Amino acid sequence: MIYFDNSATTKIDPAALDTYNKVSQNFAGNPSSLHALGDKAYQMLEGARKQIADLIQAKPDEIFFTSGGTEGDNWVVKGTAIEKRPFGKHLITTQVEHPAIINSMKQLESLGFDVTYLPVDHRGFINPDDLKAALRDDTILVSVMAVNNEVGAMQPIDAVADILKDYPTVHFHVDAVQAIGKGLMKSLRNPRIDFITFSGHKFHAPRGTGFIYAKEGKHIAPLMTGGGQEQNLRSGTENTPAVAAMAKALRLHLEDEAGNVKKQAAIRQRIAEHVQQFPNVHLFSELAPDFAPHILCFAIRGVRGETIVHAFEQYQIYISTTSACSSKKGTESSTLAAMHADPHLATSAIRVSLDENNTLAEADEFNAAFDKIYKQFEKLMPKE
Amino acid sequence: MQYDMIMVRYGELSTKGKNRSAFIGRLNGNITKALHEYPGLTIRPKRDRLHIELNGEDSQGVMDRLQQVFGIQNFSPSVKVPKDMTLVHEKVLELMKETAPAGSTFKVATKRSDHTFELDTNGMNLDIGDLLTEERPDLKAQMKHPDVTLRVEVRREAIYLSTTTIQGAGGLPVGSAGKAVLMLSGGIDSPVAGYLALKRGVDIEMVHFFSPPYTSDNALAKAKQLTAKLTPYVGSIKFIQVPFTEIQETVKAGVPEGYLMTIQRRFMLRLADMIAHKRHALAIFNGESVGQVASQTLESMVAINDVTTMPILRPVATMDKNEIIKVAEDIDTYDLSIMPFEDCCTIFAPPRPKTKPNLDKSRYYESKLDIDGLLQRAMDGIEITEIRSSDEFMNAEQDVISELL
Repeated sequence: MIYFDNSATTKIDPAALDTYNKVSQNFAGNPSSLHALGDKAYQMLEGARKQIADLIQAKPDEIFFTSGGTEGDNWVVKGTAIEKRPFGKHLITTQVEHPAIINSMKQLESLGFDVTYLPVDHRGFINPDDLKAALRDDTILVSVMAVNNEVGAMQPIDAVADILKDYPTVHFHVDAVQAIGKGLMKSLRNPRIDFITFSGHKFHAPRGTGFIYAKEGKHIAPLMTGGGQEQNLRSGTENTPAVAAMAKALRLHLEDEAGNVKKQAAIRQRIAEHVQQFPNVHLFSELAPDFAPHILCFAIRGVRGETIVHAFEQYQIYISTTSACSSKKGTESSTLAAMHADPHLATSAIRVSLDENNTLAEADEFNAAFDKIYKQFEKLMPKE
Repeated sequence: MQYDMIMVRYGELSTKGKNRSAFIGRLNGNITKALHEYPGLTIRPKRDRLHIELNGEDSQGVMDRLQQVFGIQNFSPSVKVPKDMTLVHEKVLELMKETAPAGSTFKVATKRSDHTFELDTNGMNLDIGDLLTEERPDLKAQMKHPDVTLRVEVRREAIYLSTTTIQGAGGLPVGSAGKAVLMLSGGIDSPVAGYLALKRGVDIEMVHFFSPPYTSDNALAKAKQLTAKLTPYVGSIKFIQVPFTEIQETVKAGVPEGYLMTIQRRFMLRLADMIAHKRHALAIFNGESVGQVASQTLESMVAINDVTTMPILRPVATMDKNEIIKVAEDIDTYDLSIMPFEDCCTIFAPPRPKTKPNLDKSRYYESKLDIDGLLQRAMDGIEITEIRSSDEFMNAEQDVISELL
């Protein structure tokens, strides 16, 4: 079995699962309880928070646990809108964000907020000048993803940060769901960034885990109100075992980040160089330094992406069409549409996404299967 | 840069006349204790300063420890060079490369105890000044307030170079002023009072009152953890825990509400006095700050102080709360102090304590209680623990937790 759909989700790390089980059994108290069991659970929760903070070079009270990337994105977008409403109703994002951002923005539009969606070029990148032009006196949030989940384009976070230096009151949010462990920590720690969304299951933590970084002194309104957990900003009994497992998974995930990045880039390159020899293959992801090392999006002209996904499945190789979130709906990828890709080509797009557990041998196996699949569907492809 | 020697300059003790050698002896002992994890060091106390030969030990680790030793004015990490000017030049350039960035101003200050060396003080200053003018045109010589002072010391065995002077903790060597007990609650003020006592050379032992089941194990653990925070300045501190439940229950049952607090405090002070005598301590320190709470008005002090003739020293008496918090943050006790565990000062606190208790009434209400019996039973229940800086009381699960994370 070859699992090449790591941008959809990753397999839980066995060590993290072990932590999950042990913490469930041995730290069963509610961290808010006064008694010793509660205190023990509290120590565990705060230990995990400190470890995560250390790993991303933040302070423990800048880390807020969530249920994942979707919640983090929703929270920063809507939480900013609620918090900063008196200062303005304009928000800026890009056309290629994850639906958790786009649909939160759409919801805000229906409530009377004004949203600018920055376009991207044919490679999938925003132009910082467009951001400059879009900024207004009543802009309250700029939200830009670090790594696009469909093609892997790494948006110019540092350039955006530079522009926003002149707008210190505008919240700057980065969706880093696809960026963690991919060699981008330096950009993510740009001091101008106010909020960052992370999702646990993209780095081998259990499902339903995630956290946001919120810079000291930057405020967003809570969406979950209740018992006052997480500094009264995200109520709900803390998921201690999952949080502990996430802290462990993150530590292991970042242990040899540089080595992992190199390895994934090599696998990606081997597949890309192989498939692009075929005349009807079109690469959407480029083998360029501004593309993430773990995502390769390409199309076989004339064959629907869904067909290719199932064909690979016959070889026990698991890939996806574009984003797993929208792939079941059969809609064409929103990122590719924003890139003005040929719509026919876009419906043929497939995505290979890697993690540190993949190997070059798997790339060779993938390439061998690709040759057979290409031959199998050659009759569907356009003639010269 | 790996340094070879650290030159330690004494604080106030240089002015202490005949007691000088006792002070130096005490400081030498405290430094030795603070640096016990570095067995390779050679420590040589001299009349006006102390030399620590590193012999390859980690200079940064040693300096971090030194910064917490009271009685040190400042210290300079130095490089040892054989008495050969070619080698001296090499090391000077290396040292200046690391500590004098382009554009800095500098001066050379030579001190010579070996008067047989070929260059005299001025000769040395000129020689090295010339070298730097030649090799480091990006630096500028400046005699008044230079950014970097390169100290050159010509001694019998070698030449020592240093460019950095690090401020020490000041104060007097702990123990040089004798021993006292500190009444440690768990709040913000008493650890600060303890720190200030240590800084003036007083060796302290902690007296902590606890009242199970009204106070939790956490409250006791917190007081011990606070003690552990102060141990780096001394090495270790004795923690004396005094059971206070029976006294609090008896006072609560037999004394009018307005006087509950005053009379509880009189009991605490009596016990502190008894412990101090038993432990050969000369004074009692506490964290009272004038007017901060009902028990800390001057009237309350009169009514409470009545039970002892021992000096009660209140290092934070005249400090504002914010000033106290500032010190607590500097010595890293603040975050611990604000952890919300009930301690025995708060547990039976009446809603409206007398802010101006009357001394005679205090004596009268109390006279109905079996004072001696209560005190004796509390004294019999005392437990003493020695606390070291590496001790962990709050996070007993810490090892299990780090394993799982």
